[in-house]
Amino acid sequence: MGITQVLFWILSIMAILSAILVVISKNPVHSVLWLIVVFVAISGHYILLNAQFLAIVNLIVYAGAIMVLFLFVFMLMNLNAETEPQKNRWLKIAGVIAGGSLLLVLVAALKKADLKTQLAQMNTGDIGLIHNLGLSLFHDYVIPFEISSVLFLSAMVGVVVIGKKD
Amino acid sequence: MPINYYIFLAVTLFCIGVAGVLTRRNAIIIFMCVELMLNAVNLLLVAFSKMQFHALGATRPQAGIDAQIFVFFIMVVAAAEVSVGLAVIVMMYRNTHSIDVNFLNRLKH
Repeated sequence: MGITQVLFWILSIMAILSAILVVISKNPVHSVLWLIVVFVAISGHYILLNAQFLAIVNLIVYAGAIMVLFLFVFMLMNLNAETEPQKNRWLKIAGVIAGGSLLLVLVAALKKADLKTQLAQMNTGDIGLIHNLGLSLFHDYVIPFEISSVLFLSAMVGVVVIGKKD
Repeated sequence: MPINYYIFLAVTLFCIGVAGVLTRRNAIIIFMCVELMLNAVNLLLVAFSKMQFHALGATRPQAGIDAQIFVFFIMVVAAAEVSVGLAVIVMMYRNTHSIDVNFLNRLKH
């Protein structure tokens, strides 16, 4: 087992454990911090797959910007473990059973699929580098790129309109 | 790495997100679980892009690059969605002084 496989298992276990801790931790600020750990683990997976541009964008946009936004909102509302609303126990058990059933159905459906021969190439391949992605983004995907700027503008205007005190 | 490990990892993360949406009542935690599901899908898309590159890369050097562009656009849309959603949650907190989603049951009555 090479270093890549070892890193794959470490990052997978890290991602799954911190995802579970996001769901079960009582204090919402701890949930945000565990979600940052999940995003760092997923960025590590991107680096293992040699998708370096997406790894850095994931770190900057998700772990940097979006999670800071979540933390800001938590701090503004002054939330902590005491004010955290709790569902009653039966609803929690029902939710966990529903999620576990979905997992069971998907794993059972995918277990028999003949995918063992399909390999995801790791460590090599240059399609994830910023040179190739930039060429493709600005040649084949110029129109969606420009449309996404309009989307951002409309989102910004929408946020200002929604958040305005009147 | 065989692709099915990535499929099972992404499915597990997605189902943890689903269970979080179903078990929590804090609106922001529910929102964070939705982000977790989005990231599971992104991870699977990147793994599939590298699988495509492994299968077809010898003949087509650009094989699989579309999936990574797609992941980039998912991140762009998710950033816009998070800003609007958090603004909605802040407005909800300002009106009800709580972020419990069970307060928003006016359609039931």
